[in-house]
Amino acid sequence: MILANLGALGVLVALFVGMFVGMSAFTMTYGEGWSYFSKSSETCINCHIMDDHFDSWVKSSHGHVASCADCHLPHDKIHGLIAKADNGFFHSWAFTFQNFHEPIRIKQRNLTNLLNNCIDCHSDTVHEMLPTEPGGDMMSCVHCHAEVGHATWRRR
Amino acid sequence: MASQPESNVGPDLPRPARRRRNLVLVAIAGGAAIGTFLAAALAVSIFERKNEARTPYVVTVPVDEDTTDPAVWGANWPSQYEGFMRTLEDGRTRYGGSSAIPKQKLDQDPWLRLMWAGYAFSIDYREARGHAYMLLDQEQTERVTQRPQPGACLHCHSSVIPAYRALGDGDVMEGFRKLCAMSYEEARNVTDEHGDLLINHPANCVDCHVPNTMELRVTRPAFIKGIAALMKKERGIDDYDVNRDATRQEMRTFSCAQCHVEYYFTPEEKLVTYPWSNGLKIEEIESYYDEIGFADWTHEVTGGKMLKAQHPEFELWSQGTHAKAGVSCADCHMPYKREGAMKVSDHHVRSPLLNASRSCQVCHNVPEDELLDRVHTIQDRTRSLLDRSAEALTATIESIAAAREAGAGEEELAEAIALQRRAQFRIDFVFSENSMGFHAPQETARVLAEAIDYARQGEIAARTVAPTLDRQPLPEPTVEGVTPTEEAPPGPYEHPVRQGRQPD
Repeated sequence: MILANLGALGVLVALFVGMFVGMSAFTMTYGEGWSYFSKSSETCINCHIMDDHFDSWVKSSHGHVASCADCHLPHDKIHGLIAKADNGFFHSWAFTFQNFHEPIRIKQRNLTNLLNNCIDCHSDTVHEMLPTEPGGDMMSCVHCHAEVGHATWRRR
Repeated sequence: MASQPESNVGPDLPRPARRRRNLVLVAIAGGAAIGTFLAAALAVSIFERKNEARTPYVVTVPVDEDTTDPAVWGANWPSQYEGFMRTLEDGRTRYGGSSAIPKQKLDQDPWLRLMWAGYAFSIDYREARGHAYMLLDQEQTERVTQRPQPGACLHCHSSVIPAYRALGDGDVMEGFRKLCAMSYEEARNVTDEHGDLLINHPANCVDCHVPNTMELRVTRPAFIKGIAALMKKERGIDDYDVNRDATRQEMRTFSCAQCHVEYYFTPEEKLVTYPWSNGLKIEEIESYYDEIGFADWTHEVTGGKMLKAQHPEFELWSQGTHAKAGVSCADCHMPYKREGAMKVSDHHVRSPLLNASRSCQVCHNVPEDELLDRVHTIQDRTRSLLDRSAEALTATIESIAAAREAGAGEEELAEAIALQRRAQFRIDFVFSENSMGFHAPQETARVLAEAIDYARQGEIAARTVAPTLDRQPLPEPTVEGVTPTEEAPPGPYEHPVRQGRQPD
């Protein structure tokens, strides 16, 4: 009765929409898409490109105290989600179309997030060294401490 | 019940409203169809990437120890094969390159003819081309076409192990001894029991990899013996077996060092030998040669017993900072590249300067231009030291010749000639090595500084013998074979005029 009320076109549309939802759910599950809603660092090696970065993080001085997200995503909820969506989208895009620079480089906006995260955890120690006005020019922590997050990244 | 609501969704709507509703439905259906299409495409892409990461290769054609044709291996490892074949391509850096018309270095640096006077290298000495050319180019150089050469040359230039095995009845070492002693022609034409040629290809897959597992290995008898002698000296190990005892990272250097080394042919058997039992530094290699009284050739002008440095890449690299940091040959010359979700080492072996992003920048987080500039600084400095060394050596040789002219005897000139040997071997060591000093900049500068010092000491020694005579520019030298025999055609040497290599 309901089908009859929808009409032939309506049934077809329902079918198509259903297929779309089903296919999308499958791809999402198969591609381990749900893991992107977790905080697990393993999520970052879903596509294998980050294998070296993951391995070197495990061996780094931060390997036991900070996850990928702790250093690479902003610590406040909203900006954290935006950065996750931003990086998630561009990483998937790059990996699907295989057109990214190697060795991979960190983007400026992600470097800024990183720097803010260093300070967020270590401000008690380093506050004397920070710029007097917010956003003022300062040295990047990882310029000197390049290996805190990825200890042996240069050795494969 | 049957009143209004039904009429809103039923077919009995007014015409325009019905058309609008249908349009909306078609748009939704179309959007869903496109969305489904994309979602499916994405799923397939993810599937492919996952599979690439899971199965690095599929063996479709079995290969074994006798498979010397790289194209057969190429069926299983297409990416590596493609890389190997790309070594046929041209490419240039400031101080080296691979070209279809290789530069005649003897014309670029005329002092080489005097340095090598009397030796086959003063006939033809060109830039080396890529790996896939190594056998073809060897057959065409005038050093081989005009002078008798031993089968020993094939040790590195060809996929030679099956021939060794056949000649030695299964014993590679025995076959190695037999083939080295043959003439080049005879060795090149060794056949199996069916009369098929055993040497058909330049060194390729089977020479560095265990068939089917693709594990790295070393196959060259001279390296196996040479590295064992070196490990005895350096680490006190008595029975070093490189294929058993080397780490994977060491193997990523040793596979290359099978051939990219200093070597000599023993005078009697023409056995390819690596002179490492005293160590890898130039004075340690030199002391080895001095101890056994070895000379590659007799200098035509001075009569000195001279040493020809081959291409000591492994030896010089060993003295450099990259070696100390555990960086292997393959890290720079065969850097990993990505293919889908796979990591593949690039078998298009070439200068890292042509691929600095994947070679250098993996470790050096510095802009590419700056890295290239650093390398060029090192190479320019090395080149300028080389030019000064060459001038000094020319002065030595011409002074010795002038002293001879003035009637000086062997005994009086012995010291000057000994110094010529030291200086020439050092200059040759740097000039013949393929990095223009980059593999170990400070070591290179030290070696060249010593060369200049020895050469000028030699000049002084010769001038002391005959102080009144000025040195004169010398006539064109004649040439003997690398492997002197009675059949060697006598001089005088004529300047070869040839534009590039002719196809055979």
